[in-house]
Amino acid sequence: MIMRKVVEGSIAVAHAVRTIKPDVIAAYPITPQTHIVEKISEYIANGELNAEYVRADSEFSAISILVGASATGARTFTSTSSQGLALMHEVLFNAAGMRLPIVISVANRALSAPLNIWNDQQDSISQRDSGWIQFYAEDIQEAHDLLAIAYRVSEDIEVRLPSMVCMDGFILTHAYEPVELFEESEIRDFLPDYNPEVYLTTENPLTFGALATPEYYTEFRYVQTRAMERAEKKIAESLKEFNEHFQRGETDLLPVHGPEDGDVLVVSSGSLVSTVKEVAEKLGNDGFGVKVGKMLCFRPFPADAMRKIADGVDKVIVFEKDVSPGSEGAIFSEVKGALYHSENRPEAYGFAVGLGGRDVPERVLEKLIMECIRGERKEGFHFGDVRPVREAIL
Amino acid sequence: MNPPDFFGPGHRACAGCGCVITLRHVLQALDGKCFVVNSTGCMEVVSTPYPESSWDVPYIHSLFENAGAVASGIESALKALGRKDEGKVVVIAGDGATADIGVQTLSGMLFRGHDVLYICYDNEAYMNTGVQMSGLTPLGAHTTTSPAGKVIPGNSLDKKDMPSFALAHKARYVATSSIAYLGDIKKKVRKAGGIVGPSYIQIHSPCVPGWGYDSSKTVEVARLAVETGLYPIFEYENGELISVRKIKKRKPVEEYLRMQARFRHLFKDERGKEIIEKIQEIADMNAKKFGLDA
Repeated sequence: MIMRKVVEGSIAVAHAVRTIKPDVIAAYPITPQTHIVEKISEYIANGELNAEYVRADSEFSAISILVGASATGARTFTSTSSQGLALMHEVLFNAAGMRLPIVISVANRALSAPLNIWNDQQDSISQRDSGWIQFYAEDIQEAHDLLAIAYRVSEDIEVRLPSMVCMDGFILTHAYEPVELFEESEIRDFLPDYNPEVYLTTENPLTFGALATPEYYTEFRYVQTRAMERAEKKIAESLKEFNEHFQRGETDLLPVHGPEDGDVLVVSSGSLVSTVKEVAEKLGNDGFGVKVGKMLCFRPFPADAMRKIADGVDKVIVFEKDVSPGSEGAIFSEVKGALYHSENRPEAYGFAVGLGGRDVPERVLEKLIMECIRGERKEGFHFGDVRPVREAIL
Repeated sequence: MNPPDFFGPGHRACAGCGCVITLRHVLQALDGKCFVVNSTGCMEVVSTPYPESSWDVPYIHSLFENAGAVASGIESALKALGRKDEGKVVVIAGDGATADIGVQTLSGMLFRGHDVLYICYDNEAYMNTGVQMSGLTPLGAHTTTSPAGKVIPGNSLDKKDMPSFALAHKARYVATSSIAYLGDIKKKVRKAGGIVGPSYIQIHSPCVPGWGYDSSKTVEVARLAVETGLYPIFEYENGELISVRKIKKRKPVEEYLRMQARFRHLFKDERGKEIIEKIQEIADMNAKKFGLDA
C-alpha cells in the first residue's frame, strides 16, 4: 500500500529518517534545516522513534558525536546547512578518512559574508574534496528517497564512505508536495540493518585514527579514492533496485530528459533541474533541441556518463548555484574536465544563478540558453543574473 | 606480580615521560575495560604510528578539539546498541586539547551528563608541537610562545581553573592527581569508573624536554609541585569537597622552580624574584582554599 501525503519537505526527510531508524542522532539548529531536527525531536518525545538523540553544542560537535557513534557500530544521522556545514569541515575529512558511513542531510544555503539565510549550493559544493558522497535532490520525493539510497551505498562493505543528501533550502525544505512516504516494512527490504564487520569493542580492541607517515598516507588516500569509484557503480545499482522496489525514482546515475538527438545539453543540479526541464520543453516546442542532464550526484562525479550524454551535442550549458572566486563554477569546471576527452568537444557555457536565494525564473534561463544558441555569448563562465554594480574602491 | 598492562612497550614517548605513566595507570585501574578517546597530542602521536599501536583497548583518535564530543557519541552508541556493560568511555587529552581548543566539546559532554571519564594529562604546555604556552601553563614559565625575554619574563598568566569549570557543569566527580602518587591515581580512576555520569580528573604529568629537568627526576619534580602547594590534590563528589592530600611541611616554591629550566630566568634578577613571590602567593592561596597544611 502506498502512503501518499502532502507534506513539507523537512517533514518528509524526518519521516524517512524515522523509518530508516538510526541508532544515534545528533542535532543542532540552523535555518533552513531546523524543521527536520524539530520533527525528529517530536518522534523521540512521543516514542515513535527509539534512538539516542543528542542535542549537540554546535554542528562541529554534532558531527564529532556521530564519528564516535559510527565508529562504535551505530547507524547515525544529523542534518545541517551553510555555516553549520562549514563548521563541520575538519570533521568531514576525518569521518571520510576513517571510512565511517555517516549520512547527513544538508539544506543548501548561502555562506556568509554577507549573511544570507537563503538558498544556493555554495555550502556543499565547497565540501567536494572532503571525501563524502554528495547527492542533490530535485524535489521533495527525491530528498526523501535518496536518504535510503545514501545509507545503502554508504554502508556497503565495498564503499564505507559517508554521504550527504543535499536539498535546496526553503525551495524544498519548506515547500509542500505530495510525497509517497516509506512504510517501515518496505524500507527494511531495501535497506538491511547495519551490521559492520569492524567497530570499537572491548571484545576485539582496535585502533581507529592512527598516525600515518609519508610511507603510508598516500595508500590511505588511494584506497579511499578507489572506494569512491566503486560508490559510483553502487549508486547506479541502488537507483535501479530502488526503482524496482518502489516503482519510482531515477534509474540512471546521470538522468537525461528531453530529445535524445538534442544539440544543446543543459546540466544542472537540485531543484533548478525542474525549472530547466520546463524551459527545455518550451524551447523544444519552438523547434530547439534542448536536453537536460541532471547531476544527481556530484561526488563521485559521473564523468563517463557526462561524456555519454554530451556525445553529439554542439553546446553544453551549465547552470549552478555556486562560484569559486578566481575560477568559475565548480560544476562547470568538472563538466568541462569530463568532456576534455570527448572526440568532438562541444562549446561550453557556465552560469552562476540563484545565489543567496535570488529567484531563477524560467525567462532568465530561457534568455541565457537562447543567447548561447544564437552565439551572442562568449564561451566560458558568467554570472547569469547580475545587476550593474559600482565597486566602491574604483 | 605486576598487574597486566594495556599500553604496550615500544611506544615512541621520551624517556621519563610523565604522561605515559599517567595513562598506563589509568588503563590498569580500569582493568582495560574501557573505550579510549584520545585527542591529538603527544600520547596519540607516540602510540599509534601505523601499522603499529600500543593500545590493547578499543581506541579512537579523531581530532585535536573534539574528544568530548566523540566520547559522547561512543557512549550514546553503546546505550543505543545495549552494550553499556562493555566498558567505561574514557577521554585521554592533553591540557591544550582540554582547556583551550577542546573546551566547548568538553562543556557539551559534561553538561549533557554523558557517562564518560575525562582524563586531562596536564603537562602544562603544547609539548607535541614543541612547548608552546597553553591555558594550563603556570605563571612565569618560559615556553616558545611565552619566552623569557628582555622585556617580558615568560608567561604572564596563571593556570585556568579547569576543575572549577567541571564543577560548574555539575560533573558527578571532579579530582586532581599527580604521577607522584600512583595509588592516588588508581583510587580516583577506579572511583570515577564506578560512577555513572560525567567525571573529570586532571593529572599533573611532568614533561622532560618541556620543563627542562633530568629524565630520572620526573616523579621527584611532580612530588615537589604537590609539596609546595602549587598542585593541590583533591576530590569532589557531587559538588562536595570530600578529600584533600595534606602536606606535613609545605616547601617553598623555589625548591620546585629551581629544578626546572623553564623557570631558570626567574632566579637571575629582581623582576624574577617578584614573580617567584607571586608564585608563592598562588601556593599560599591553594593551601588556604583547600586546607593543605596538616
